[in-house]
Amino acid sequence: MSITTSSSNPAADFGILDEKQPFLKRVLKAQTSQIVAVLFVIAGIFSAMAPDSFFTLFNLRNVAINVSVFAILGVGMTFVIITAGIDLSVGSVLVFSSVAACKAITATGGQGWGSTAAGFAACIVAGVAWGALNGWLVAIAKIPAFIVTLGTLSTALGLSQIITGGIDLSDATDVMVDHIGFGNVYSQIPVLAVVALVMLIFGGILLHKTKFGLRTYAVGSNIEGCRRVGINVNRHLVYVYSLMGFTSAIAGFLSLALYQQTTIAGQSQTALTVVAGVVIGGTSLFGGIGTIFGMSIGLLIPIVLQTGFIIIGVVPFWQNVVVGVFLIAAVYVDTMRRESAERGGRHSKRHSPKESN
Amino acid sequence: MSNSQYVLEANDIVRNYGSVEALRSCNFNVKAGEVTALIGDNGAGKSTLVRILSGAEQPDGGTILIDGKEVNFTSPAQARSHGIETVFQDLALCPHLNPVQNMYLGREVPRKGILGKFGFLDHAEMRRGSEAAFRDLGATVRSLTNNVATMSGGQRQSIAVARSAAWASKVLFFDEPTAALGVVQKKNVIDLVRRVRDKGIGIVFISHSMPEVLEVADRVQVMRRGRVIAEYKAKETNLEELVGAMTGRLDEVNN
Repeated sequence: MSITTSSSNPAADFGILDEKQPFLKRVLKAQTSQIVAVLFVIAGIFSAMAPDSFFTLFNLRNVAINVSVFAILGVGMTFVIITAGIDLSVGSVLVFSSVAACKAITATGGQGWGSTAAGFAACIVAGVAWGALNGWLVAIAKIPAFIVTLGTLSTALGLSQIITGGIDLSDATDVMVDHIGFGNVYSQIPVLAVVALVMLIFGGILLHKTKFGLRTYAVGSNIEGCRRVGINVNRHLVYVYSLMGFTSAIAGFLSLALYQQTTIAGQSQTALTVVAGVVIGGTSLFGGIGTIFGMSIGLLIPIVLQTGFIIIGVVPFWQNVVVGVFLIAAVYVDTMRRESAERGGRHSKRHSPKESN
Repeated sequence: MSNSQYVLEANDIVRNYGSVEALRSCNFNVKAGEVTALIGDNGAGKSTLVRILSGAEQPDGGTILIDGKEVNFTSPAQARSHGIETVFQDLALCPHLNPVQNMYLGREVPRKGILGKFGFLDHAEMRRGSEAAFRDLGATVRSLTNNVATMSGGQRQSIAVARSAAWASKVLFFDEPTAALGVVQKKNVIDLVRRVRDKGIGIVFISHSMPEVLEVADRVQVMRRGRVIAEYKAKETNLEELVGAMTGRLDEVNN
C-alpha cells in the first residue's frame, strides 16, 4: 500500500462534472411531491364520494381557517426540527401569550386599535421570551429539547392558569374579532388565512434563501462541524427557538381573535398536531432536512381527512387513527432514507444514484 | 517582511491537565511551502499541541509566533483569522449541504446591497469561488449542487481539504487525513497536500502511517512524552529511525 507517484492525475475525477437533473425528475423524487400526491388522492376520493359538498367554497374556507393557526406554528416548528430539536411547549406558549394579550388589552382600556396593538405587543414579547428560554435551556444548559419543552409545556400552562385563576379570559377587542378573527379580504378570503400565507412565505424565504436558514440546516446536519467553522451554534439555537416562540405568539393572537378567549384547556394536542404535520411533510426528526412547503401539505392532510370524514358520514375519530398511521409511515420513510444515505447514497431515493462514486 | 524563517513557531509550550503534563516545554515550528510531519505514539501530546496551535485550547505557558510576531489565540476563530486552518479526521462537513454551502459555511458571502443586509446570499459568487478552489487543487468534486452525503469518502475529503486550503493563508494542519480512506483516495489526499504546499502554505501533517509520512513530508518532527525530541529531514531518515525515536529506543542506544 505504498504511495508512489504524485504526477499521475486521476483525469477521470478531475474537475467538476455538474450534471443538472431535469426539473421534473427532481420534483418527482422529492418526498414533498409524494406527500402532495397523497393529499390529491385523499381530496380526490372525498370529492368523488361527495361531489356536491366537498369542494364548496364554505368548505375550503373552513379548511383554510382550521389550518391557519397550525400552519403558523408549523413555520417555527420546521426550523426547530431541522436543527434536530423539538418544541412540545407551543400549545402552552400560545395560551400564555394570548393571556398576556388579554391582560395588556384590559390594562390599556379594553377596546379600539390602541389596546389591540398593546395586546399584540405583549403577546409577542411573552411568546419570544418563552422561546428564548427554551433555546437557552437547550443550547447553553444542554438539556435535551424534548425534556426542556415538556417542562415549559407544563410551566407555561400552569402560569397561565395561575394568572387567570383557571378561567379563560375573553378580552379580545371588538376590532380584532371583527377585522382579524372573522375578517375577510375580497369578501371571501379569511384574514387568518392571509396572515398564515404571509407567515409561510416569510418562513420559506428565511429558511431557503438566507444565511439564517442555511445555518439552520447546517446546525441540524453537523453541529460539531458548525462549531469548528466558527458558527456561534448556541446563539443560533436560541434564535431558532425564539422564532418558534414568535410564531406561537402570532398563533396565540389569531386564536384569541378567532375564539375570543384564551383556550386554556384547548391546546393540549396542538404540539402533537403541528409536529405530525411537519414530519409528515418530509422534515427529518434527525435534522438537516425539511421544507416549509412540505410542512403546509403535511398539515393539510389531517384537516382534509377530518373535513372529509364529516362530509361522507364516517365517524371523525377515524381521523386520529389515520393521522397516526401517516406519522409513523413518514418517519419510517425518513429513517430508511437516512440509512440508505449512510450506506453511501447508492440506494438513496432522494438523491441521484449517479452521483455516488 | 518576515524576520523569522518560520511561518509558525511554538516555543516552550506547557500544558497540564491536573497532574498530567501533556506538554513539557515543547518546541515546534513550520516553514512556509514545506510539509512538516508531526509524529508520535498515542499520548505523546500531538493532539494537545495541535489543539493549542489551532486555538482550540490555551497553553499554560510558552509563546506562539506567526511570522516572528507573538500571537495569543483564545479561540479557533482567532487562529483562523491569522490564516491557520485544520482539516479534521472526521471531515467536519455538513452532509445535508452541497459542496458550495460547505465551502462557505461560517463565511457566507452576502448579496450586494440592501438584500445582503437581510441575510440573502450571493450564490453565484460562492459557486465561482468554490469552483476556483476545487479546480485549483484538482479536487474530485463531481457536483456542486448535490449534498455531500451522496458523495464518496474520497470526494468528501477533497472538499474538506479544498475548503481549508482555500481559507488558510499561512498554515494548514492535517489531522490524520487518510485514516478512513482507501488506497486510491489516500494517494489523492497526498497529491492535494503537495498542491497546497506548492501554493506556499506551511503544512503540518499528522499521521500514524510512517511510509506515508516519509513520502509526503519534507521534515519530520517526533514527539514523545510532551516534547518534540527529534527532527529529521525526510530524505535522510528511514522507518526504523523514526520508530526508534517515537518509542524511545534511540535514547537507550545513545545512552
